Amino acid sequence: MTTASALRTWSAIGGVAALAILGEVLIAAAMRRLGDLDHLRTKPGMLGYLGPIRAILSSPVFLIGAFCMAFNFFAMLYVLSIVDLSLAAPAIASLTYIGNAIAAKLFLGENVDRRRWLAVLFVCIGVILISH
Amino acid sequence: MKHALKPSQYLILIAVMLTASVGDTLLSRGMAQVGAVDFQHLHLLWVALFNPFVISGIILLIGFFASYMTALSWADLTFVMPATAFGYVVLALLSRFWLHEHLSLYRWGGIALIVCAVGFVAGGPSRTEHPEEHHELGRMDSGAGR
Repeated sequence: MTTASALRTWSAIGGVAALAILGEVLIAAAMRRLGDLDHLRTKPGMLGYLGPIRAILSSPVFLIGAFCMAFNFFAMLYVLSIVDLSLAAPAIASLTYIGNAIAAKLFLGENVDRRRWLAVLFVCIGVILISH
Repeated sequence: MKHALKPSQYLILIAVMLTASVGDTLLSRGMAQVGAVDFQHLHLLWVALFNPFVISGIILLIGFFASYMTALSWADLTFVMPATAFGYVVLALLSRFWLHEHLSLYRWGGIALIVCAVGFVAGGPSRTEHPEEHHELGRMDSGAGR
């Protein structure tokens, strides 16, 4: 692999992972702000779910996050056309996991303790091994 | 246990684990039947919408998104993340016991690591409590915004 193509491969992988992290953190922030969806239910039964659905769809943070996830989906298709699935899938998954944990700590104020860092590390190695 | 999830919340987490992996499998099986889609054959996307595997895959993925967001409404992102990773384990076990594919030692090792990761996180609290969240009502009443 030449330096130029390696650069292109890894910037594509990094870009897709960054989009995924942005989308997941925005969606998580929106959901955290809304709180337990059960409390938003207007009445029992299926119709009661209209309350939470309306609350979610009127959250701009959620909409931007969902847009990032949709864009991420198409960017992923592009990456798969230039990079092997066996490299792209585990690389994007691991980068997204690490990035999510860092972003959750920095921007969502989550208490990422030692056991959660360990879990992130284990998941990354596990994902790489499973797609081996 | 430092956190107390209700049985319904455990069900949501199990739905997060199962729907993503099974939905992805159904989609890829359906799309394999439909054939390769490129710019010359965009009409195949329309054909795909009538494939039973694609339809059930889409329904499961909508279910995944709904249960994932529900989980995020009462749990931390870093708490829910290992549950989504568990989907890889479900996929590997499905291919082993349903499709009777051979799993290499590497893949068994990966399964073990992800199971451990779920165990670590499940043993801790599900949500970081921010003290200011409890005072939001009081702040709104006094009109003292930040």
